[in-house]
Amino acid sequence: MNVLPVLAELRVTASWYLVLGAMLFSIGSVGLLVRRNPLVMFMCVELMLNAVNLSFVTLARALDDVGGQTAVFFVLVVAAAEVVVGLGIVVAIMRRRPGANADDLSMLRG
Amino acid sequence: MTVETVVFLIAATIVLVGAVGVIVRAHPVHAALSLVLTLFGIAVLFVAQNADFLAAVQVIVYAGAIVVLFLFVIMLLGVDQAENLRIEPFRLQRPAALVTGVALFALLLLAIVQGEITGQKSAGGQLSGEEANIMVLARSLFSDYVFAFEVTSVLLVIAVVGTVILARRPPREVADETGAVER
Repeated sequence: MNVLPVLAELRVTASWYLVLGAMLFSIGSVGLLVRRNPLVMFMCVELMLNAVNLSFVTLARALDDVGGQTAVFFVLVVAAAEVVVGLGIVVAIMRRRPGANADDLSMLRG
Repeated sequence: MTVETVVFLIAATIVLVGAVGVIVRAHPVHAALSLVLTLFGIAVLFVAQNADFLAAVQVIVYAGAIVVLFLFVIMLLGVDQAENLRIEPFRLQRPAALVTGVALFALLLLAIVQGEITGQKSAGGQLSGEEANIMVLARSLFSDYVFAFEVTSVLLVIAVVGTVILARRPPREVADETGAVER
């Protein structure tokens, strides 16, 4: 059985990009649940945001509509603001309790 | 195989290797560098899908600014030592997280395979015109979405002011007239 013709026929559709986005989103969510370092947890949130961006751009192309790309633009801005505020909080916490991880931060627990 | 297939396969490999690297590398700096790998792969996929301007912004803002911010904070706080990933405070957490992730992926996969791409087009404009990508995007951004664009500037100002207040060093301890030490 020759697989070369099958490979030659292979064509990327929008679904491939969406599946890649789904994989990236799942990996990011697993990382967010597993890791304890707040900085690495932020990186996992960035992974999930990027998965959504990829899906937006894919659907913008599939529907031939620029609205999806505009949405990505706003997601980028909000991600930047989120990282700035989040890292500010991390710096404030780490200054008080060096080496704290996500489990140590249970001060708000009732 | 078309060119796009080859580009997709290579970029998808880069993206997934980087993403797995973020969650398995014990050292925060290594995780940040893996994140750069993923972000570059995403930028390549943006170019492959005719989103040239967003690819440039992705590299400049994400790989340039956000990851540098991460590295800055890692160095500033001196947490740049590897954490021990073998310790598991909650015994069932990792299997549970893995099951959750796989279930989430299965759900999304089902939606992608079963569903079809439909939707009403926005008034924003078509991508497949003669115009360059950046022109179409700019027209959409400064006409249909101009209010959201202006609100974004408010968001950025709030973020900057809030961060400055959060991260400012607390004022030196002063004793008030009752003698109690106040922070």
